[in-house]
Amino acid sequence: MVEILSAEKIFPNGTRALAPIELTVAGGEFLTLIGPSGCGKSTLLKLIANLIEPSDGRIFWWSGEFRKVAASGRSLAFVFQDPTLMPWARVEANVRLPLDLAGVAKADSRGRVLQALARVGLEGFARDYPRQLSGGMKMRVSIARSLVTEPDLLLMDEPFGALDEFTRNRLDGDLVRLWWERRLTIVFVTHSIYEAVFLSTRVVVMGAQPGRICKVMPIDEPHPRGEAFRNSPRFAEYCRALSATLAEVSQAVTPTR
Amino acid sequence: MRPLAQSETALSIVAPLAVGVAVVLIWELACRIANIPVFLLPKPSDIAGKLANDWPDLLQVTPIVAIAPLIIILVKNTQVALTVCATVVAIFPIISNTTLGLRSVDPGLINLFRMNRASRWQTLWRLRIPSALPYFFGGLRISSGLALIGSVVAEFVAGTGGRSAGLAYEILQSGFQLDIPRMFAALLLITLAGVALFAAMMGLSRLALGQWHESEIGVET
Repeated sequence: MVEILSAEKIFPNGTRALAPIELTVAGGEFLTLIGPSGCGKSTLLKLIANLIEPSDGRIFWWSGEFRKVAASGRSLAFVFQDPTLMPWARVEANVRLPLDLAGVAKADSRGRVLQALARVGLEGFARDYPRQLSGGMKMRVSIARSLVTEPDLLLMDEPFGALDEFTRNRLDGDLVRLWWERRLTIVFVTHSIYEAVFLSTRVVVMGAQPGRICKVMPIDEPHPRGEAFRNSPRFAEYCRALSATLAEVSQAVTPTR
Repeated sequence: MRPLAQSETALSIVAPLAVGVAVVLIWELACRIANIPVFLLPKPSDIAGKLANDWPDLLQVTPIVAIAPLIIILVKNTQVALTVCATVVAIFPIISNTTLGLRSVDPGLINLFRMNRASRWQTLWRLRIPSALPYFFGGLRISSGLALIGSVVAEFVAGTGGRSAGLAYEILQSGFQLDIPRMFAALLLITLAGVALFAAMMGLSRLALGQWHESEIGVET
């Protein structure tokens, strides 16, 4: 789906954010990027989103250049760390924004907006303003906005990082169900080991200085996953293994001065 | 004799102009060739550039009392002249606040619009203008008071008499005639006009921002 061929990123100030990276995102997978701060996981996600360009190497979207993505009828959506809602617009207008920008007629978009809101469990809140919602609900609106265009690839940059653990667990559960039901492809960035294990089909562990891929860990567990998986010994095992790998990776880059 | 006289007048205009242009050119060239640092002697082109960029500031720092007589001479219709004076004083807070607002857009939302391939027009209309609204209304509130000051000062200077005389002129006349009650009455009316203007701006702001902006909602949650 997306092929990253030895893409690297060096910022103008000389910081080497990413060493050349090879990674392929397959259709239908839930890929999670995890690693210590400054390992370039957000940078990698932005490269995939084409929000920034690689300094060297190439990236292919569906075996083509990025500018051909729109013409081929495929689309990407990005969910940011913050809900990034427009405070002056009602929930429905916020969710409708990508359709409005693409020039979809109001009559067509209305049904799609309500459908997207229903998918994140916010049917009754279409006429509310963002300020009337809780943090978790705002994030749901943000996810509904990314789903409204039926994207082929959904990119999420620590979307639940600012939420309390209880809300985060609930949203994780809803997200993984949504992914399973809608056959989405998701690339997800997180700090949380539990979140990575619970959600992913594949976890990519990254290291810092420079940002690179250290290990790829498949999570071969059946879907749909729910609370039962979260409480199972297998879950704990995966977490332990991932935690050990992360510790190894962080150790390898003990700052030298 | 006529052509000679004409050419003499022409010469008396052209010659000083030519000298002026020459001086400026030499100044510019000398600065460029000798590479004189800007803080010692800026090039004429530097100064012109600054002037072109900062014209709203120029407007702001020019005292209205100083510029009002000129406006009143330049503009024939007194009513229009007074309006121009009031506008000159009032426009600056609106311009600077709105510019600030257009620039203060949530970078996350900018990225979102870019991801969705929004055109410049769409970004302006759907994102920058709504973001700038609170700033714009803030400017409007300040300007409502300034506009009143501008018109009062302009009327002092213009001294419009007759039937179209305004409140400011009444104050001036009452001063000359020692008609103090009349002066107080005019003062009161001007104050009321100021309060009404301010209230109107508050109302407009409430109408536009009341649903969503913190400044109008207050502490409720």
